[in-house]
Order: sequence, then structure tokens, then C-alpha cells
Amino acid sequence: MTERTRSILWLVLLAALILAPLAVTSGRWIQFMELTLFIAVLGQGWNILGGYGGQYSFGHALFFGTGAYIQALLQFKFGMSPWLTMWFAIAGGVLIGSFVGFLSFRYGLRGSYFALITLAFAEAFLVLARSFISITEGGRGVQLDLNQDPDQAIATFQFTFASDFLQANGYYYTILIILILASGATWWMARTRFGAQLAAVRENEDAAAALGINAFRVKMAAICMSAAITAAAGVYYTQKFLYVDPGLAYGPGKSVEALVVAIIGGLGTVLGPLVGSLFVHGIGEAAKEVVGLVLGDRPGVDLILYGVILVLVLAFMPKGLVGLLEAGWRRLSGPAATKDTGDA
Amino acid sequence: MEFFGLQLPSYSWETVLGSAIGGIFLGAIYALVALGLTLIYGVLHIINFAHGALLMLAMYAVYFLWALFGIDPYLAMVIVVPGGFLFGYGMQRFVIGQASHGRDEIILLITLGIAIVIENGALFAFSADEHLVQVPYDLDGIYLGVTYAVYPELAALGGSLLVTLCLWLFMTRTDTGKAIRAVAKERQGARIVGINVEHIFAISFGIGTACVAVAASLLAPTYAVHPQFGYLFVLIAFTVVVLGGMGSFVGALVGGFIIGITEQLGRLYLGESLGLITISAIFILILLFRPTGLFGQRVR
Amino acid sequence: MLEVGGITKRFGGLVAVDNASLSVPEGGIVSLIGPNGAGKTTLFAVIAGFLKPDSGTVTFAGRDVTGLKPHELCRLGIVRTFQVVQPFANLSVRENIAVGAHTRIRSRAAALARAGEVAHQLGMDAMLDQSAGALTVAGRKRLELARALATAPQLLLLDEVMAGLNPTEIDEIVHLIRDIRDSGVTVLLTEHVMRAVMDLSEYTYVLNNGAVISAGEPAQIVADPAVIEAYLGHGASADPAAAGAEGGHA
Repeated sequence: MTERTRSILWLVLLAALILAPLAVTSGRWIQFMELTLFIAVLGQGWNILGGYGGQYSFGHALFFGTGAYIQALLQFKFGMSPWLTMWFAIAGGVLIGSFVGFLSFRYGLRGSYFALITLAFAEAFLVLARSFISITEGGRGVQLDLNQDPDQAIATFQFTFASDFLQANGYYYTILIILILASGATWWMARTRFGAQLAAVRENEDAAAALGINAFRVKMAAICMSAAITAAAGVYYTQKFLYVDPGLAYGPGKSVEALVVAIIGGLGTVLGPLVGSLFVHGIGEAAKEVVGLVLGDRPGVDLILYGVILVLVLAFMPKGLVGLLEAGWRRLSGPAATKDTGDA
Repeated sequence: MEFFGLQLPSYSWETVLGSAIGGIFLGAIYALVALGLTLIYGVLHIINFAHGALLMLAMYAVYFLWALFGIDPYLAMVIVVPGGFLFGYGMQRFVIGQASHGRDEIILLITLGIAIVIENGALFAFSADEHLVQVPYDLDGIYLGVTYAVYPELAALGGSLLVTLCLWLFMTRTDTGKAIRAVAKERQGARIVGINVEHIFAISFGIGTACVAVAASLLAPTYAVHPQFGYLFVLIAFTVVVLGGMGSFVGALVGGFIIGITEQLGRLYLGESLGLITISAIFILILLFRPTGLFGQRVR
Repeated sequence: MLEVGGITKRFGGLVAVDNASLSVPEGGIVSLIGPNGAGKTTLFAVIAGFLKPDSGTVTFAGRDVTGLKPHELCRLGIVRTFQVVQPFANLSVRENIAVGAHTRIRSRAAALARAGEVAHQLGMDAMLDQSAGALTVAGRKRLELARALATAPQLLLLDEVMAGLNPTEIDEIVHLIRDIRDSGVTVLLTEHVMRAVMDLSEYTYVLNNGAVISAGEPAQIVADPAVIEAYLGHGASADPAAAGAEGGHA
């Protein structure tokens, strides 16, 4: 695939995502896409540390929850503007990320041990969020006031009661912008020296060190970038749902969603998390529909599929859906297709 | 009582001791679950993320045997333990072994995927409601001086020690046990002398699952089962294994008791909610400062 | 250029390296040999920063670099290759070499270009876009060399680079190493393949049981009774003909 073809496809995708709500106005579909894009952002955050960096985190909810909580608490307790609190939320995520990263990488935790310690930290924060009621409101959770004044919609960063366009599409474009920024940052990162060094550390940390790479610093940068993006997803979540509690913030659900869509979509690719999210979320919703018709509303159907698809992809498609699509394209173009420089 | 500037409640030593004894009973169960996990790690070198989900599944089996057929949970072991063994054997031989193609890095993810399927399968099939086996003797017990030990707790301690003993005998006295230890020590070498390594892997996984099935029977009279039960246990089980040392039987036992006591005392002094932080804290500290644990071998 | 003074390294009760010293002049090719278990790899690891010595110093270009980490040493100009090759399997050959180039080059484009140059220098043009994981052993060894070269080192540490190569490939690598030295890089290599040692090195140190038992020009040390005994066992030096030039085997 030539660079030109690739660029055209990117633009087409971008245009489709931006123009979609104007063409398809079904509320149901917009809800679906909002959730899909949200999970894609979670996945993109995870992807930077896990896909590009090769450090699989099982506790990414830690960064999500911190972002969501800070965003909620600063508004709830101090009445700050959400446009201001979001920077604190992201900074908070990065701070936690550097804390966990510092401990894990300084003590040389890799592979399964790193996965386990991230899980332990997420669990610890879950307990802390539940226990320190004076700070986090504990199990009751933080409930933000719903803004019902359309003129205040932008100021309060809430679009449930807003002008027509914002009411229908405000949240959609918010999460889309976040995804575009996150993906853009990922795309740019992969093309820099840092990206090459991160890939080297992922492939073989010792060899990378022998070639002059400070693996600790590279991994720290990766986890901070990853945490920032995931915390941003937390910010969106708070603004959209106006409610955070320990289980939603730090529970395993978000950790699992993040890694599942990143892996299924394709580790270490910019498009992976979005493709993974579309596919998995789409199939999940479809399954819920079908099962709902036969057996009524039963939770768990979609997640069962998430797990099954994950195992299948790990077993048979290690490069994920993006890898599959690229292989398919190569086959269609024939063996004489020009070599591409690789979209990292 | 002061502890790092935190004002902790003051208890009589009887209460503390009683709590610690309760921790020993609980710890026995943790040790049993950890035993299965550490065996699987020692032989296959994989961290079985589905371990908790398997425990949950076994507990549902025990529950339904009781609810539908009136079978006492302890007697149910006769069915559930062999069943667990077969399930674990099959899972390793036909799912994990096949899916991983020998790539160690992704086995953790595969077991995670399996855990997700099992947990949500249970959610889908049984809903999120809690189910508790009611046995007539669950409140009877004996008086141990500072505390009252109910029969289920005593059975848990006894059962765990018995299973550990049986396992130790199995590993040291039988041919299969020796083959398992051979594979754990030197995979390729074992292959060369004719040991069917895939079979041994599956047997080890089966035994690990059987341990969990025993634990399920022992837990059933006291703990209500729900789909998330396994997830809560997984972190504790991992903490025990890492504390005791990956691949060490003794470590699993000792670790189990230490964690059981710590959790109970943590709950006593820090409250039901915050008490759980002691487990995460121990886990993190061990991983950072002594990853080989108390009795473990090399770090992976 | 490199002065190693009195390095001792213990693992528990085992003394892996025992007060070993060696010296590598600028622009020279020096080899370190010895039977299996002699401590060559451990000493190498200490010099390259992967292990900290219990005592002794490593001085590079007059500067004490003992205990520095591998990536710090690389920036100072010391780079090592690995006995068991460690390619970045999922990256292309070009991308692999570029990682080395990035030590000194910031720009991605420039690093990729430099990678192409280094590859050309080592005759690897045809492989540039292949995945490193798909290379043969000989190809991977060449890649290791290329990657190390791309970091623009002053001292190159080669850890048993001939292992696993057939005679033709050995000749090629020997040729390459000489070219590398001629371009201004000092070389210290550990080796088992005696022919390569004889062909390449100007000076040789022999290690046995962690200690340096002999040092000198290759032709001399091959005839040294202490060296023959180390390789072939007690009493072997009584019959020098039995030792021959092809001593030492894996």
C-alpha cells in the first residue's frame, strides 16, 4: 500500500467519523458510536504502553478512575469549571502513572509481574476510594448536578440540555475529538526517535540497553502518555454520565475493555483500538439483541463474546484485525505491490 | 492505639487472638487455592488468571448439587473434585495448549480471556444474585478458649491440611508425581526421557483445578457464591503465591496462613472496607522488594 | 583505550572472575579466550555494564567507567553484541539498525538513512526490508554487528560472534571485523573458534577458572603449556603435538 493510498484512506475515515452524525441521525446509533469511540480511547491509551511498549497492564482502570474522580470531585467540592478541572484530572492520571511506573520499572518488573502489580494498584485504589469517604464520598459515589440551562451547556460541559445540535451531537464530537487527538499523538509518536526506542525496548530490553537506550526513561514516558490519554477518557465519562463511584472508576471492567479492544484490533497500530472497538462492541450489541429476543434481557452476553474473541485472536491472529486487513489488502494488490515503509 | 499516626481501635488480646485464629481457618482455604495456582505455575510456568473463575464455577456446582439434589457440600466433593480435574485437564489440553502454540507471553492473556468468558458465562446463566448453601450444622461448633470455631471452619482447616498432605505424597511417592516434578524442573530433559509433557501439563492443570474444587466445597457452607466471587479471590490467591514463592508448596501453605491472619487483623483494625488494602499492600511490596517470595526459586 | 584492572566477580560462593586484568590499545583487535566456564562471558558482562564487579576497575579512554549502565557506556562509545543474538524480531533489518543509529542521531529520517549506509558497508542491502525474525543465524550475526556499528562506537565488544557459523561465514565475518577495525574502531572479542582468534587478534588473553593465566600474541600462547593444560587437562602439555592449532571446542 503506497503512502498516498494510505493517506487517502485515513482522510476518508476521518471524514466519515466527522460527518456521520449529520447523515445518520438515529439517537440509538449515536449512542452506539459514542460508546464505541469511548472504548477506543481507553484502548488507545492502553495501546501506547501495551501495544507499542510491550508492557501489558491489567489495571488501566487506575488511570481512568483517577481522571474521572478528579474531574468529578473538583466540580463537586469546589465548583470549579470543568474546562479547568480536566487539566487537573489528566495531570492526576499522569502523576499516578509515573508513580506506578517508577516503582514497577525501577524494580525491574516485566511481563506477568508488571501485569499483576498494575492489577494490585487498581484494586488498592478501589479500596481507598471506598474507604476515604470524606475525600471521595465512598460507595455512595459522586453525583454532579445536571445542568438544565441550554445557555450554560458549554460552560458546564454538559450537553443533555443544550441547543439542538449540541444536544444531539455534543458528546459524540467531544469523544471524537479526544480520539483524534490521542490517535494523532500515537501516530506522531511512532514516527519519532522515541517511538523507535520504545519499539526496541518492547522487542528486547537488554539489546536496547546495549544500544544506548535508557529503558527506564522510555518506559516512564510511555506510561505517562498512556495514563494521560486514559485519564482523558475518564474526564469524558464524568461529563457524560455525571456520576462516578469506586466500582465504576477502579473496577476491572474498564481495565478489561481497554486491553481487549487494543489486542483484538491490533497491538501497536494506530487504527487498532478503533477497529477493535467497532468490531467487538458491534458484535456485543448484536448478540445482546439476538439473545434479548429469545431469552429477554440478560447481562453478560456481550462480555462472553469479548473473552471468546480475545482468545481466538490471540491464538490465530496475533496481529489483530488490522493485521488481517493489511494481509487481505496485500493479497488483493498482488505480489507485485510496492513495499510500504510500515505504519507503526 | 497509635499506628503511623492513625488512631486505631483498641481491642482486648482475646479479641485479637480470636481474630487471628479466624485468620488461620481462612488462611487454610487460601493456602489450598494457592496450592493449585503454584503447582500450575511451577510446572507450566504460567500465571493462571482463570483460577478464581474456576473456583467460582466449582462453587456454583456445589451449590446446585445441594439446591437440586440435596447433596451435602462436603459429600459433593466426590463429584466436584473429579469433575474439576477433568475440566482443568481439558482446558489446558484443548484450549490453552492449543491457543498458545507454546508462546509463553500470551498465556497470561489467554487465561484472562478464559476468565472473562467463565465469569460472564456465570453471570449470564445464573444472574448476579448470590446463592448460599444452607447446612444445618453451619452454626454449631466448638469453643476454643478465645473464640468459637464453627464446624465449617474446622473442616476447612482439616480439609486443607489433608489435601496438602495427599498432594505431597502424590508428588513424592507416585510415578506421575515424579514425572510432574521432572517436567517442572527441566522441560526438555523430561521430553527426551520419554515423558509426555503435554499430558503432564494437562494433569498438573487438572490437579490445580481439583484443589480449587475442594476449596469450593469447603467454602460453600460459609460463603455465598456470585459471578464476581472468583475475581475477588484471584488477587488474594496471587498474593499468597507471590508471598510464598512461585512454585513452592510450603510457600503456599505458609503464605496462605500469613495472608489469612493479616486480612482478619486488617479488618479488625482498619475496618471491613479498608482492611482489604493490607492484601494489595503486601502484594505490591513483595513484588517490588522480594519477588521470589519467602520460599520461591528464580524470578520470571 | 580500555584498561581493565583487577576485576573480581562472585556469585554466592563461586568466584566467576578472579582478579582479572587486561588492556586493549586503541585501534587494536584483542581477544579473550578460555575453556567453557572460564568466566569470559562474566568478565565481558562486567566490562559492558550488565554486571557490577565486586572489586576492580574498568577505565575507558582514561575515564573510570566501572559500574556504569549499558546505555551509559554506549553513549560513551562502548557497545557490545550478544552471544545469543537478540534481534528486534518484529522490526525490519533497516529499523533494527536505525535503533543503533538513533544513539547519536535524533532525526528519524537521518537514522534510517544511516542504517542504509551501515547495511551497505556490511553487504546487507538485499535484506534491508526483511523482518529481522526471518533472517538466518549468519544474517542475524551480521545484523548484530550492523546495529552495534550504527551507534558509532569507539570500542566494540564482540561476544562469541562466530558461534553457530560455518567456515565460509566465519571467513566473511573475520573480513568484516578487520574492515571495521580499519575504519577506526577498537575491538575486544571473546571467542571459542580458534581459527578466527589466530587470524584476527593481535593480542590474546587466556582465562581459566576466572583468572588470566596467559597473555601474548596468539602464536605464542598456543604453545604455552599452561594454556594447553587449561583446555586439554592435566598432563596434556607433555605432548604439544596433540594440542594442535585447533584447540577449544564448545
